[in-house]
Amino acid sequence: MRRVFTLKIDDRDVSGNEEQSVLDVARENNIFVPTLCHVDGLTAIGACRLCLVEVQGVAKLLPACTTMVREGMVIHTTSPRLAEYRKMIVEMLFTEGNHICSVCVTNGHCELQSLAVKLGVDHIRLPYLNPIREVDASHERYAFDFNRCILCTRCVRVCEEYEGAQTWGVMGRGIESEIISDLDQPWGDSKTCTSCGKCVQVCPTGALFLKGKSVTEMVKHREFLPYLATMRKVGKNGHG
Amino acid sequence: MATAKVRVATVWLDGCSGCHMSFLDIDHRLLDIADRIELVYSPLVDLKVFPPEVDVTLVEGAISSEDDLEKIKHVRARTKILVALGDCSVTGNVPSMRNPFEVKDVLARAYLDPDLTNPGVPSLVVPTLLPYVRPIHTAVKVDVFIPGCPPHADTIFYVVAELLEGRLPDLSAKTRFGA
Repeated sequence: MRRVFTLKIDDRDVSGNEEQSVLDVARENNIFVPTLCHVDGLTAIGACRLCLVEVQGVAKLLPACTTMVREGMVIHTTSPRLAEYRKMIVEMLFTEGNHICSVCVTNGHCELQSLAVKLGVDHIRLPYLNPIREVDASHERYAFDFNRCILCTRCVRVCEEYEGAQTWGVMGRGIESEIISDLDQPWGDSKTCTSCGKCVQVCPTGALFLKGKSVTEMVKHREFLPYLATMRKVGKNGHG
Repeated sequence: MATAKVRVATVWLDGCSGCHMSFLDIDHRLLDIADRIELVYSPLVDLKVFPPEVDVTLVEGAISSEDDLEKIKHVRARTKILVALGDCSVTGNVPSMRNPFEVKDVLARAYLDPDLTNPGVPSLVVPTLLPYVRPIHTAVKVDVFIPGCPPHADTIFYVVAELLEGRLPDLSAKTRFGA
């Protein structure tokens, strides 16, 4: 039996069980919490910090996706402070890469782009970093445009957790971090990649895309993930 | 009683003129507001000098050259409400794609690398490029941002109509980067 807790989110009485995160319970109750690195079905890592919430009695802000619910928690998902931090995070993501939405394969279907709208980011107050980044088009069917990568690591996680290939990894630290395939070699030369394309579909931006797609044409399909997640759960619980 | 017309200007810095095209796409609705505004400066009219005391200026394009930088400061000083019109003006957009590279390399790529009859980097008359293409708010205060490449005619009309009513337009959820 899973223990059930009652708690408050934005002054509403809600309940959740011990296996649920604050984000899970908020979503169940139609309370919007912005996310970017999170995607249903993948391990939550709390990397992007967009889902930060205020928890009464805790001095620092906590990511909703990796904070499990507890009895009597009092949570606020909106405040002027949170709104400002979230805007700033999105702005920093825009400055860190080279995100030119107008010429992006995912223009109109991008999670970073739509979050900017949702959070009221209509310009970037910080200086752009204009990094020099490559495009890896060595794979037969897919390409990786590092200019548009926000290091959410969804590709890394889906490759490891569902495909079991562990092709993608993260190299470097801080601002130098980058996604690499195998031992930092061209994707097309990867010995582990099965060309399944899951990484392409879960990528929130235009960083990973199908070759041959032009501006606005790359629509991502993530329907497979909740299905696989459910099947995995069923398998684990022995009801499959 | 005739009220004073609102003095409107439009400026074209480093952009493709797509935002001006979208402005013209307002079509017949321009006639509805025509008797309430006076277009005092624009690439669409034949005035050479940016006049003083402009009420609203719509700026298309990013700051790419020394000339752009000088112009935007001049425009700002003579404008009450400055509107950044479109992604180039708001973010740098496509012109800023040269930013990771050095200006001399960019010029060489355009004027020396291709198989041209008369290769040579233009140095006379044309303004000197700045090391980085910048959004206009990095140089002057901007009052209204309209993201979009280009912003939809309806969005531009909404902004102009709101400003004519003396309100600052609320653009949330009306447009986006790359729209």
